[in-house]
Amino acid sequence: MPRGRAWQVIARAGIVARFRERRFLALMLVAWLLFLVRAVQLYVGTTIARASFLAPSEETFHSFLNQQRLFVFFITIYAGAGLIANDRQANALQLYLSKPITRRDYIAGKLATLAAFLFFVTWVPAMLLLALQVLFSGSLEFVSAHPRLVPAITMTALLQIGLASMTMLALSSLSRSRRFAAMLYALVAIFAGAVGRVLETTTGHAGWVLLSPQNTLAILTDALFGLPADSDVPVAIAVFAIAALLGLCAIVLERRVRAVDVVA
Amino acid sequence: MNSDRSDHSDRSDRSDRSDRSDRSDGSPVVLDKVSVRYGALQALRDVSVAFPAGVVGLLGPNGAGKSTLIKALLGLLRPDSGVLRVLGHDVSADPLSVRAAVGYMPESDTHIPGMNAVSFVAYCGELCGLPHTDAMQRAHEVLFYVGLGEARYRNVETYSTGMKQRIKLAQALVHDPDLLLLDEPTNGMDPRGRDEMLALIRDVADRRKERTSGRPPISVILSSHVLPDVELACEYVVVLDKGAVATDGPIAALKGDSTRVFELRVKGDEARFIAALRETGIESHDESGEVLRVFVPVDRPVQLLFKVAAQQGVQVRHFRPSVPSLEDVFARALGD
Repeated sequence: MPRGRAWQVIARAGIVARFRERRFLALMLVAWLLFLVRAVQLYVGTTIARASFLAPSEETFHSFLNQQRLFVFFITIYAGAGLIANDRQANALQLYLSKPITRRDYIAGKLATLAAFLFFVTWVPAMLLLALQVLFSGSLEFVSAHPRLVPAITMTALLQIGLASMTMLALSSLSRSRRFAAMLYALVAIFAGAVGRVLETTTGHAGWVLLSPQNTLAILTDALFGLPADSDVPVAIAVFAIAALLGLCAIVLERRVRAVDVVA
Repeated sequence: MNSDRSDHSDRSDRSDRSDRSDRSDGSPVVLDKVSVRYGALQALRDVSVAFPAGVVGLLGPNGAGKSTLIKALLGLLRPDSGVLRVLGHDVSADPLSVRAAVGYMPESDTHIPGMNAVSFVAYCGELCGLPHTDAMQRAHEVLFYVGLGEARYRNVETYSTGMKQRIKLAQALVHDPDLLLLDEPTNGMDPRGRDEMLALIRDVADRRKERTSGRPPISVILSSHVLPDVELACEYVVVLDKGAVATDGPIAALKGDSTRVFELRVKGDEARFIAALRETGIESHDESGEVLRVFVPVDRPVQLLFKVAAQQGVQVRHFRPSVPSLEDVFARALGD
């Protein structure tokens, strides 16, 4: 195996192990239900003249990806909480890092495991919907009329995947318990959002929305789809906040993923 | 335990390893003034030692720096100063090449969660660079070799302590390494399991000696604080104490024929007796709180013991010739 490819071995093992679980398979199937609903909507909106109000727009894909956030949340918790926490509990980190792999390989492998599942419930169904739209309408007119759609879907999916994967992985590295890591993630994803909204409403300061990674991400996705922003926070600030969070996650991973824990 | 198939598939890797195993002084592991520090704690201080080929015991009390040394050899800890060379590689410069050629059996209980034994060992093989099919085949072979063939489809988490030790050895062997680093391999094992594990370790080294493929024989570094284990499995020993090498050499030579050993039980001021013996050039240590082991140089008469005892007003209640043991080497090296 050429150097630097060990992450693929780790990712493949992680994906295979997860797909052996029926509960997880069921979760992945449920995550595609919304796709079926949207596919029917596209078919009706495209082929039946009286139902033209159901015809797709950029907003259709934006709201689809927004709705998929619920499944991104559950899959992230289910498949991501134990990625490093379980290894820490089983003292597996020293085993991994005593092999000819780097810490980067290890982290990349774990990231790829979670990212693959999230990719499968965000970008893949969104692009399939677009393909179905072309199929039902029989032309590329819609795609050419909305040139920003494919990049917007791709960027939104990548941001959702990157943010969820990095945050979950960093939190997973902080603990030896997958349950604790899952609780931390839920705290960040739900509680921070609620607190941010409450503070924004009570103080009237829009900046509190940045307290929640999810709400910050929403500012970016609105901008990517060219939709009016839900918040007064400038896009540049939101970009900076997301970049800072990803950087923080990278620092946590760098410090926590070590074969030897030195307590000096 | 090595199949033709895996030998064939690994041929390019092997030739690469042969180059890597260019051991200019014949020692697979060489440390030159290596120091490792954890904050204020100096774990290794200016350690300079060469581990010869074969099975070498790394001895020392808890906290002597054995595990630190092994982790430094794997490149998991970066030394503050000094150079470590493993199989011809500078560990700091090329840790991945070192890890590719080394099998490591950690001290602590460790496994990959949710895997059965075959998947676990094969996975470790793949992480070491074996193709999936070869890794799976090697996993089966190695698991039979370490005596886990019948239990290879069981989840590792359900294994007993002895079985977990064996599977840790299996994962260290799966990629057919040139050097094995075994950290307390008999920890938690019952006497029978311990004997079997030590026999396995000897067998690993012996099998590779028989190979004629041009590859160097496998070397083993066995870190332990269980002296009989080391005495049984090793030819050479390095004793660490407080982060420094207390002594090293072939066990037979360290035991030496320059002294005769006697067991004494005395009544009276034992500490004064020991001090008086030391003044006459006779070393001794209290092994069990009752029996003194006394080392009389061959150029001194044994009667000197009784003379010193008489001078110190100490009665000799028991006197028996004994044979030098590794424990004596260890005790003398640590200055006990």
